[in-house]
Amino acid sequence: MTHHNTLPLKYIDEYRDARLVKELAGKIQRETRHPWTIMEICGGQTHSILKFRLEDLLPPEITLIHGPGCPVCVTPTEKIDRAIDLAGRHGVILASFGDMLRVPGSETDLLSAKAAGGDVRMVYSPLDVLKIAGDNPTRQVVFFGVGFETTAPANALAVIEARNRGLKNFFLLSSHVLVPPAIRTLLNEGGGRIHAFLAAGHVCTVMGYEEYIPIAATYRTPIVVTGFEPVDILQGILHAVRLLAKKEYRVHNAYARAVKKEGNPAAKALIREIFQVTDREWRGMGTIPMSGLELSPAWAEFDAEKAFEFRVKKKHGAGKCLAGEVLQGKILPAQCAEFGKTCTPEHPLGAPMVSSEGTCAAYFRYGKYQNNRS
Amino acid sequence: MSARLFEKMIRPCLSNPWLDLSHDGAMIRLEGRRIAFSTDSYVIQPIIFPGGNIGELAVNGTVNDLACCGARPMYISLGLILEEGLEMEVLWKIICSVREAADRAGVKVVTGDTKVVDRGKADRIFINTSGIGIIGEETEVSPASCRPGDKILLSGKIAEHGIAIMSTRTGLEFDSPIVSDTAPLNHMVEKIMASGAGIRVMRDPTRGGVASALNEISRSCGYRFIIREKDIPVAGAVQGACEILGLDPLYIANEGKLLLIVDPGDEQKVLKIIRADPLGKEAACIGEVLDSRDKLVEMETVIGSTRIVDMISGEQLPRIC
Amino acid sequence: MCLAIPGKIISIDRSNPDLVMAKVDFAGVKKDICIQWVPEAKEGNFILAHVGTALSLIDEKEALETLNLFREMDNLAGDPS
Repeated sequence: MTHHNTLPLKYIDEYRDARLVKELAGKIQRETRHPWTIMEICGGQTHSILKFRLEDLLPPEITLIHGPGCPVCVTPTEKIDRAIDLAGRHGVILASFGDMLRVPGSETDLLSAKAAGGDVRMVYSPLDVLKIAGDNPTRQVVFFGVGFETTAPANALAVIEARNRGLKNFFLLSSHVLVPPAIRTLLNEGGGRIHAFLAAGHVCTVMGYEEYIPIAATYRTPIVVTGFEPVDILQGILHAVRLLAKKEYRVHNAYARAVKKEGNPAAKALIREIFQVTDREWRGMGTIPMSGLELSPAWAEFDAEKAFEFRVKKKHGAGKCLAGEVLQGKILPAQCAEFGKTCTPEHPLGAPMVSSEGTCAAYFRYGKYQNNRS
Repeated sequence: MSARLFEKMIRPCLSNPWLDLSHDGAMIRLEGRRIAFSTDSYVIQPIIFPGGNIGELAVNGTVNDLACCGARPMYISLGLILEEGLEMEVLWKIICSVREAADRAGVKVVTGDTKVVDRGKADRIFINTSGIGIIGEETEVSPASCRPGDKILLSGKIAEHGIAIMSTRTGLEFDSPIVSDTAPLNHMVEKIMASGAGIRVMRDPTRGGVASALNEISRSCGYRFIIREKDIPVAGAVQGACEILGLDPLYIANEGKLLLIVDPGDEQKVLKIIRADPLGKEAACIGEVLDSRDKLVEMETVIGSTRIVDMISGEQLPRIC
Repeated sequence: MCLAIPGKIISIDRSNPDLVMAKVDFAGVKKDICIQWVPEAKEGNFILAHVGTALSLIDEKEALETLNLFREMDNLAGDPS
């Protein structure tokens, strides 16, 4: 959307170049000689694929399926209920990324808690929450920290800074998930339906991609570290096709401008200092061992799970929501009977329809369920 | 939500030929003269924002709705609901802005009402403006006159009002000067109408942005539209802000932009007139009406693929106007 | 959330060594970003920013290579069968 008078968006516009896209699509068309199913992990990649209609450029032999790359979507219902519980308490300020506000818990969501009088505030960075805590010393400020490994360093930094500043009213309600165990789970259950992965580029800027090497080898599934713009995604797909054709079951880094094999050592060190690995429930997918992060004992004073007593809530069933199937790439949103009917971004039955990285939200927003002339 | 309320409850209950057209303004005939009649309420937060305040927004908004009916806006009413405790200096500033905006648009505020409600009941100030204007006898501006091949024009860079508002909201700090584009478009419209060009539809794309306005027009006229992403004027800083916030400029409010559908033979003539106006220097042709009865808007993306640009579901930015 | 955007470092504030901040420009929009984990970053470098923090430096050489890479890929890979 660039007008000839404005400056280009560096490192974004070049990767949306129509000519490059066309050439890459042409190569993929020519070199795909076998049906392949490729799963992209990150919700941001899903949105990019739909926003730019990249599937229209691919040969019919390639099927793209969408993975559980939406940390908001996989946050356990119980965590959301706890956040809502806190939000409703007098004296508590609940801070959260905007995405989480409309995700349904067992009975309601954070936005409704806000409408009912709860002090719920939207932030763009965990560091913003430190300011809120500093400005409101008599209130307890809880940050609902959700995310993949990408967001963990920022949350860790907020905790460290809270200690540095002597804040006694800052707490983290964390729901972090790790990608590699989820990939293993999908491959264990998959029965070989996923041939290759496009790994989440931004997760890998932090963690690197060493963890993926044994996965690729063990499951004989190429994994390509991929970015988010159209050129990046098409390159990721092209690399995947080439590795599959040559039966090379390894990791390739197609996002080298941002990702190094070892990731970001300083950020990783921070995660190790503040968090420890734990089992984690993925909403819709069940518990995956050693797939989450929680605050380690040395930082327990900031752990909302320990600082507050929660009213036990009975967890309701998922009802008609098929989020679990969508998150594992078993069905596409349009195959859900409620999609676009009883389930819309305004009235979501589950998280994938309301999160900015949710697959159902992407399909709805970019009109994929409507007939297109092409 | 308000759109659904209108469709499901208000319009069916009050139904009449003018309301059912669901245009921004009603076009009625009064003792032989054609009159445009429009109303809008303003609940924007914050009430003073980069580039303006709620006072001028309220005047320009109604002036523009009338202008988009092809009318010459003439008289405005001003309804104020004030929260007890609103500072007098703030109210004075807003009233002065109303006066300045009215003068700039060449309209008169001829009647109004002021109410004060208890603290906590009105969020500082709410404003309603209604307006009337005269429509020329020969003027025929209506979605029904759209034809395949008609060109879709846009008078300038989009999403500036919405992003200016976002820049004031808690948690966001942009120190680039993105300001609201609130402005009266009636002088520009008058020149366009006077040229004799074939104008099918005019719309000021406020809440819901260009995408929502185009979808509404597409549904009214019954044709499919195509727009080209690379031709849509957007300032780099606005684009950058949207990338950071994960927003789509197409759905963000504008308060001083004109969307037009015109006879293809008059495309260059109309663009020239708009570009000569200080408010229209970046005007561009962004697409056309297709020969297809699907009431959809499709967009050719910058990479050459085509996707549907749907009506937005839910509010991207609350309290934006 | 995976939303990360590339931006250019305009100035660096090292007054708090535990929380090094930079003023970063995203095509005309400026935001304060914590660059604690990219200690080698200098003014003029591009970083990838996520929720107010810099995840990595953008390697300009790699970026250019990626844009040309698909041409090189043909030479290196030979004819894929």
